Amino acid sequence: MAEITYREALKRAMREEMQHDPNVVIWGEDIVAYNNGGAYGVTQGLAKEFAGRVRDVPISEEAIIGLGVGAAMNGMRPICEIMTVNFTLVAWDQIVNHAAKQSHMFNGLLKVPMVIRTPNGHGRTASTHSQNFDSWFASIPGLKVIAPSTPYDAKGLLKSAIRDNDPVIFLEHLQLYGTKGEVPDEEYFVPIGESVYRRRGADVTVVSWGRMAFESNKAANMLAQDGIDVELIDLRTLRPLDLTLALESIKKTNRAIVVEEGWRSVGLGAEIAASLQEQAFDYLDAPIARVAGLEVPMPYAKNLERATLPFADDVVAAVKAMMQKQY
Amino acid sequence: MDNQSLISLYRKMLLVRVFEDKSAEMYTKARIAGFLHLTNGQEAIAVGAMSALNADDDLFTHYRDHGYAILKGASPESVMAELFGRATGTTGGRGGSMHLIHMDTNYWGGYAIVGGHLTLASGVAAANQFHGNGRVVTCVMGDGSTNIGTFHAALNWAQLWKLPIIFLVENNQFAMGTTIRNHSALPDVYRKADGYGMAAEQVDGNDVLAVHDVIARAAARGRAGEGPTLVEAVTYRHRGHSMADPDVQRDKAEIADWKKRDPIHRFANEVLLKRGIASPQDLEEISAEVEARVDKAAEFAENSPEPALDTLYKHIYMEPVSNMQVGGSLIRPPQIGARVASSEGENGRQ
Repeated sequence: MAEITYREALKRAMREEMQHDPNVVIWGEDIVAYNNGGAYGVTQGLAKEFAGRVRDVPISEEAIIGLGVGAAMNGMRPICEIMTVNFTLVAWDQIVNHAAKQSHMFNGLLKVPMVIRTPNGHGRTASTHSQNFDSWFASIPGLKVIAPSTPYDAKGLLKSAIRDNDPVIFLEHLQLYGTKGEVPDEEYFVPIGESVYRRRGADVTVVSWGRMAFESNKAANMLAQDGIDVELIDLRTLRPLDLTLALESIKKTNRAIVVEEGWRSVGLGAEIAASLQEQAFDYLDAPIARVAGLEVPMPYAKNLERATLPFADDVVAAVKAMMQKQY
Repeated sequence: MDNQSLISLYRKMLLVRVFEDKSAEMYTKARIAGFLHLTNGQEAIAVGAMSALNADDDLFTHYRDHGYAILKGASPESVMAELFGRATGTTGGRGGSMHLIHMDTNYWGGYAIVGGHLTLASGVAAANQFHGNGRVVTCVMGDGSTNIGTFHAALNWAQLWKLPIIFLVENNQFAMGTTIRNHSALPDVYRKADGYGMAAEQVDGNDVLAVHDVIARAAARGRAGEGPTLVEAVTYRHRGHSMADPDVQRDKAEIADWKKRDPIHRFANEVLLKRGIASPQDLEEISAEVEARVDKAAEFAENSPEPALDTLYKHIYMEPVSNMQVGGSLIRPPQIGARVASSEGENGRQ
């Protein structure tokens, strides 16, 4: 098995699926000419391999999504790239009122097999370019929402998303693009809607996804040196949400922390904590804790940005606090 | 056009008119709820346009869509049943008046977010172009739609890729209650195409034959690979924006003046009767037929069942998703072993 980057894993998924199905196309801003393919290089080289099927489009996010919905309804499988998740706001009506609702409102007469790929992330780009809307997307019936944390899952889930017959929001992460992991050479798929144990442990359950699953794994390594044994569950898909493993884990560890990057209140972490306590109240030795982003628009200054976002050390602190506190 | 086709245009315009009047009646009898937008006075646009297109050409419309659905082949029964919110409606009672559909003939639906469907229609046109299937899309909207972002985004893209699509604006000169002089910097809507180098035509929307000719030209352009056309059909609605509109803001004299240009009476007098294609008695017979047809539709709707409650979650996803109700609170049966094995390579490595 070769070690490749998260970015390369995504590209391989698209290449394989474009070879598999001639109706798969990629439309996005600056995915062909600029930088030989993409502001973040995910589509680099694909336009040359698949003439006419990877196209630069106008900076019109509502049209990128809307044309994607139309093309998907009419026999294509478009992958629509939105340069960063921040720009999906321009297309919110097209996503919520159209992509998500077509098949239900039109009673199954229409289907929308499209993938909207877009990265979360930050990097000294200030508040309009450093946001996380995982919770918003995950609250919408009709959408499937995916947020992989490893190259293995990025490839396997993107392949599943492209073959899926529903609209999928595929949330990549700028800070994960360069991370590496083992990815098999042979074809595989990771099913949508299944969480996974990223790490087995006995003391405390950590539930996370995306970049924070990556950070939580780092935290677990640090905590292991202090003798704290973390069980880490990576949700991978945010809608439909699979809490089976989280529930099973809590029954063993009796403690749980939900770790998310986005704003804390009304966030997906709150939904997860509520759902888990509804089903595992009698097993809990402590209130379910949350680690999340601070509720401020992201500042530009280095120290302020660092203070706003959660990292591994925040997870370490939360786990230690939970383990030390007597209830 | 032969005489039979001309008489057919009349019959269709009348069917749309009578259907709307029956819908209004059913609304006042509380059989229909919510928003009900009627197209009285604008029938020549839908009938003229649909008569110029192939049966499998694609159609997207705004929410003033009853006539379009029927003209595309949805039965008056299924449309009236949808307005009633019944299981036998075009979407089984899910979409209501504003979201009719008839996919047997590629009527992709009525859309109720102003301008929201222009991009979708362009996407269907892009797929037609990609597959080279020769189909042309018609995307119908009101004059109010020409000010929203998707109008400009869709027109720019459609012209850029030379998509086979006709943007058909029913300019009834009001965006709800706001007159076009107060909502559009360019009241001549067709000139907005200039900004994108797009072909455009303005036509008398109350002249069914003129609309037919303009749409036929635009469709030919699309099929020949020459790209999109913006068609502005100027008209006026006889009723308010919807059944909820008391219609106090429009000038009574203006309404009366436009009623003199009623597209149905005009076509009957200036074409059918004048040229001796039909007699007054013929027209009365058609009228009686159409009335009976629409009465039958209302009766069908009245006798149709409500949608079954257990269909509520159907089609949120194309294949059933076991844990979709209330987002995630329902727990899937565990299959833990398989999933741990599939991700072993990643454990603890980051």
